[in-house]
Amino acid sequence: MKRILVALVSGVIFGAGLAWSGMADPHRVRSFLDLFGDWDPTLGFVMIGAIIPMAFAWRVRQRMERPLADGSFDLPGATRIDARLAAGAVIFGIGWGIGGLCPGPGIAGLAIVPADAALFTSTMLAGMALHRYTSGPRWAKEKK
Amino acid sequence: MTVLFPQAQPLAGFTGGLMIGVAAAIMLLGVGRIAGVSGMVARAAGLAGSGPGRGIAMAFIVGLPLGAFLTGLVTGGVEAHYPASAWTLIIAGLLVGYGVRLGSGCTSGHGVCGISRLSRRSMLATALFMGSGFATVALMRLGGLP
Repeated sequence: MKRILVALVSGVIFGAGLAWSGMADPHRVRSFLDLFGDWDPTLGFVMIGAIIPMAFAWRVRQRMERPLADGSFDLPGATRIDARLAAGAVIFGIGWGIGGLCPGPGIAGLAIVPADAALFTSTMLAGMALHRYTSGPRWAKEKK
Repeated sequence: MTVLFPQAQPLAGFTGGLMIGVAAAIMLLGVGRIAGVSGMVARAAGLAGSGPGRGIAMAFIVGLPLGAFLTGLVTGGVEAHYPASAWTLIIAGLLVGYGVRLGSGCTSGHGVCGISRLSRRSMLATALFMGSGFATVALMRLGGLP
């Protein structure tokens, strides 16, 4: 129960940060990506602001045996750079450029512009499902 | 900054960014997980074979719109200008959903959590999706698309 509450609090602060920073506005995000238009550097400040507390958190984590509200750390351990990572990032970037939306702002947007955000979020889920059901078994095999 | 880029909101961006970073730190130090939104969404929707417990993922995901809503209450409304065409949202959604799963992360997981961990994988992924985002908008501009 404690874990659920911690995750909820984290989500609320995350969503508030997205809205406060202007990142819930696809137009502002897209203006960051629009180098040849009226470029808006705000997203860069958001990234810097977000990376600072997390850089500290990673150092604190090294001194912790387990997280405060859970039994153990469960963090991604992959270090391999492969075509899958690169292709996925490029495809995501194309979608991000087209709409100015990535997953966090899309979901946070459900509270701001419900119909548009729901359309984006549901097709995003469809894209995730497409990946899941076209490449599931192969990757499962590779993991072993 | 405001003279050079009149529409920029550096202070709001930085402070909002700090909130995002603190939220991710709570996730990491509290429950030992990465606050990667794409992974959480997939987990919450039952579209991921691994990841945090489903309850954790769902709670985090529910928190996102709740936080945005609360911010709107405090500030008197959050600005969000969405693309006018439904097709834009549909195509963007499909590409984002497929891409983030294939590439194992998005702006939060690779961009915030991975870069701050100095993960080479995440740094490369972030460089690639930013580069591809820049290129996409430039090409759309070239093609006369909104």
